[in-house]
Amino acid sequence: MYVATKGGEQAIGAAHAWLAETRRGDATLPELTVPQIEEQLGLAVDRVMAEGSCHDRGLAALAVKQAKGDLIEAAFLLRAYRTTLPRFGASAALDTGAMHIRRRISATYKDLPGGQVLGPTFDYTHRLLDFALAAEGNALPAVPHAEPNTAQTPRVTELLAREGLMQREATSEAEPGDLTRDPLSFPADRAVRLQALARGDEGFLLGLGYSTQRGYGNAHPFVGEIRVGEVAVCFTPPELGFEIELGDIGVTECQMVNQFKGSRTEPPQFTRGYGLVFGHGERKAMAMALVDRGLRAEELGEDADAPAQQQEFVLYHCDNVEATGFVEHLKLPHYVDFQSELENVRTMRASAMQAAAE
Amino acid sequence: MPPSPQSRNGAEAARRAWMGVLARASAEQIARHLADLPPAPAHVRLRGPETGLLMVRGRAGGDGAPFNLGEMTVTRCAVRLPDGRVGHAYVAGRDARQAELAALVDALMLDEAARPAVEAAVIAPLSAAQQAARDEAARKAAATRVNFFTMTQMR
Repeated sequence: MYVATKGGEQAIGAAHAWLAETRRGDATLPELTVPQIEEQLGLAVDRVMAEGSCHDRGLAALAVKQAKGDLIEAAFLLRAYRTTLPRFGASAALDTGAMHIRRRISATYKDLPGGQVLGPTFDYTHRLLDFALAAEGNALPAVPHAEPNTAQTPRVTELLAREGLMQREATSEAEPGDLTRDPLSFPADRAVRLQALARGDEGFLLGLGYSTQRGYGNAHPFVGEIRVGEVAVCFTPPELGFEIELGDIGVTECQMVNQFKGSRTEPPQFTRGYGLVFGHGERKAMAMALVDRGLRAEELGEDADAPAQQQEFVLYHCDNVEATGFVEHLKLPHYVDFQSELENVRTMRASAMQAAAE
Repeated sequence: MPPSPQSRNGAEAARRAWMGVLARASAEQIARHLADLPPAPAHVRLRGPETGLLMVRGRAGGDGAPFNLGEMTVTRCAVRLPDGRVGHAYVAGRDARQAELAALVDALMLDEAARPAVEAAVIAPLSAAQQAARDEAARKAAATRVNFFTMTQMR
């Protein structure tokens, strides 16, 4: 039952004013600009784009500022904004093989064609707080330059596939399902699962991916390859009738290589788990790849009894905007609901006490 | 006579290349290089500039069936010059001025007589700057390339 109530406008107005003041913080300090957030908190911006499912660094930086650094709130703002825009169409599938690579590593091949490139990574830092950063205006170290490598950088999965050791991906040009147009239904095909995972919560997917490594899903993954860089986005406007490039976007791709025992129809070989996210998000791409492989258990004829292998569990709960909506709605007035619960518990207590007294 | 398939493909490839350069240039950069040319004739906006979304697709496993990765903001514009040439632009992001200037330069480039001058003043320098930025990133990446040594090489 819903009862209309009025009141609280003044309190809400005052709360919003105070929110704006706390967002600004100490007014004697300079205010953060959106370009500063975009440039200097780049990984927060990337995460908001990925989970907000909208690539626009400036908008994501604005959302981070508005949300006072609450990245789930910021992703929510971006999701809400995208609903105000028309959609012009869909791009051609990104060719990550033609990426301008900033980082590319493989844990399976030391000397892979095209080489291993570390890029701007935290990986070999000592994770000691750098107090020099507490002061501004430090001189930056000179960034070394070297002659670029002109060799091709084929995908590691392709090297294995050429030997027949890696399962080839199903080739299809079928129109993929779209979660933003049609709600989830089960069983969800791989395209829909990948879309859900790409916009899923990094923390949730990280925990699930970790669970597959700890034995809940029996995965033995290797990082075949992680690559980070810029790819061109191509689109064919109907009025032109030929494909054009409308810019480059940064993405992170992860190919997890997993052993597969084989089945009645397929010989033993490696299979892939795949991760692809907007921006620089290695942890997210790796977690996505682990969970993608987990969700393929059924199609590969494996047992599917671990949480990360269960589509409904993973796909219904990985979206942090949906999850936060349902969890946080508990803050809204439930006065009438609760009134009936209260009556209920009072009646039960009365009869329990009466029974005890008798 | 309609153009042969080869010349049409060649013309499309050339147009695709300059539209790609304009899509990667800021409004300010395009305007600065346009200023080196005689003023362009006044254009009419046929559509936009308007901002919308493009659904970006990836492929399962990098080379399998397509899936929807997520959307990106895109701004498009179409303009007409007094002689009837129509220029188009689709550019990543929300910069209306960039899209309109890109559509204007696209229209200017469609005039074969005027093209060499526009190409030299606008497209070539923008393209060179973009290539230089890509080369710079590639040189930094190359410096972080790992060279493994085996014991035999180290001896």
